[in-house]
Amino acid sequence: MLVRDDKTGATTPFEELPDAPPRRRLKLSWSGKLGTCVVAFWMAIIFIGPTIAPYHEADILDEALFIEPGSNQLYPETDFQGPSMVAYLGTDFIGRDTLSRTLWGARTTIGISLVATVLAYLVGMTLGIAAAVGRGILDMTLSRVNDALLSIPSIMLGLVVIAAIGSTIPILIVLTGLIYAASVFRIARALGQDVMVSDFVEAARVRGEGLWWIITREILPNVATPLATDFGLRFVYVILFISSLSFLGLGVQPPMAEWGSMVKENLAGLPYGSIAPLVPALAIATLTISINLIVDDISAHSGGNLAKRMI
Amino acid sequence: MMPRAILHRTGVGIATMFVVSILIFIGTSVLPGDVAQIILGQMATPESLAALRAKLGLDQPAHIRYFLWLGDLLTGDLGISKAGSGAGTVGTAISTMIIPRMWNTLRLAGMVAVIAIPLSMTVGLFTAMYPGTRLDRVVTFSTLSLISVPEFFVATFLVLIFAVKLHWLPAIAYMSGNETGWQLIKALAMPTLTLVIVVSSQIIRMTRATVLNVMRSPYIEMAILKGVPRNRIILRHALFNAIGPIVNVIALNLAYLISGVVIVETIFAYPGLAKLMIDAVQTRDLPLVQACAMIFCAAYIILLFFADLASILSNPRLRHPK
Repeated sequence: MLVRDDKTGATTPFEELPDAPPRRRLKLSWSGKLGTCVVAFWMAIIFIGPTIAPYHEADILDEALFIEPGSNQLYPETDFQGPSMVAYLGTDFIGRDTLSRTLWGARTTIGISLVATVLAYLVGMTLGIAAAVGRGILDMTLSRVNDALLSIPSIMLGLVVIAAIGSTIPILIVLTGLIYAASVFRIARALGQDVMVSDFVEAARVRGEGLWWIITREILPNVATPLATDFGLRFVYVILFISSLSFLGLGVQPPMAEWGSMVKENLAGLPYGSIAPLVPALAIATLTISINLIVDDISAHSGGNLAKRMI
Repeated sequence: MMPRAILHRTGVGIATMFVVSILIFIGTSVLPGDVAQIILGQMATPESLAALRAKLGLDQPAHIRYFLWLGDLLTGDLGISKAGSGAGTVGTAISTMIIPRMWNTLRLAGMVAVIAIPLSMTVGLFTAMYPGTRLDRVVTFSTLSLISVPEFFVATFLVLIFAVKLHWLPAIAYMSGNETGWQLIKALAMPTLTLVIVVSSQIIRMTRATVLNVMRSPYIEMAILKGVPRNRIILRHALFNAIGPIVNVIALNLAYLISGVVIVETIFAYPGLAKLMIDAVQTRDLPLVQACAMIFCAAYIILLFFADLASILSNPRLRHPK
């Protein structure tokens, strides 16, 4: 944290001030560090994945690539091939490169989930804080609607809406965002209510600060940390939700590569020893487990109270 | 008074069901096209459509139609599915499609509950008795991993191990309806195992957290200071106070089973209610989707109600409010 010196215009570290609190640093255990590395890896793949992928996600590899030099084979098998120099992780059910599709799929799966989670946070936090600040009829209306939404299993809500209006990527993002906004709302409202009754908000009110000032300067900084941890958990749920819908054939539509649908479409290869369904499954697992390891680590260090509030 | 808290909770449950039914009705009635078109199919002419709509009450405004639908639902008439409707024939009645499927799903869920609950409570208690040991860390890490991965991940790896590598179990749970004994167990084994793994991980984690939470309370500290042995503290002091929250956890997790059932029935082609619903979503058979969604939501709300009931009954402060 930096504090600006008014006279010189220079910034001095807050820690150097005489009455500064001892600096709190986030210390992660080995599992947290491992998680951070894996998450960083996948985040990098979102950006560079399609560039470093050997083929395009929709490319069906040419039969000629699979002819062994020197053999007079004319029509080689191209689907469900094992790892080779042509396709490092083998091919899928119609002969596309598994590695390339997994790298492209990172952008689809993580990208859609990230946008949906951010949307859930924008909607859920705005309404949640509004309910906590507004109280009365606003709080009651929003909370009742929210309770009803939460009492429907999210997959059911998703299925009903997709049955009615179909599934495109924008629909998927808005739908997921709204479904998960309900749980964000509940947490943001509870946290906001805690802060609203605190002495420093009282003091700010007495001082004559406006509502906007109180929200941005008092409430948001105080709910930021728990909500940030919750973001990680929510992000995992969203990834699982999106990939499960795609696995059911109701999410991202082919030929776009999405990890959930890649598992589904290649499932038939399992009996032939193909690793095509396992690669995307492992990709999801490494990402979600890593995020949970980080969240678990952070909440263990912040007194465990945090984790309990989020269940 | 105790009955008042329960009555209040029942009232909330019924009100929630009402709101959920409105949401489902709105959710599925945004699509153009209606049951009259579904029934008539290719035979639809503007005149016959209008006549059938008038007969079925579809020319009424939406709120009237909602109450007609709700009334039918409450009297057990779930409506007519798109399936089987064609030239001149009327679609199948949904109730006849749903009942055998529901029985299959209930059988699967029942098996899972019977295996998962005792298993996970034992493991959860055991890890809470020895926190920080190697066993505890292994269990904590593996349950964390298992709750982070999608259900289809667990299912895929079980298929790989038990069906592809070991050839012990079939990869799909095809059932004709008259399997007996060993055949039935074999068909049910993989779906059950998948769900047991997913549900148990949740219950183990939450049981462990609940018992450890009770262990932090002052009367446990008192017991420790008195010199009561650790096992006795957990089994006599902590467990009884943790039972309410644990029952709550179990009811909650059985409610979470619903999303697991959807995936598992699809991957193993298990002929249950969830599979029926997914097929209905794919063919856009809205009356059938509505009916299935209502059944699943009702099950969910009832389980959540039991979860609340457990926490009311186990907490003397909620049981006898001042």
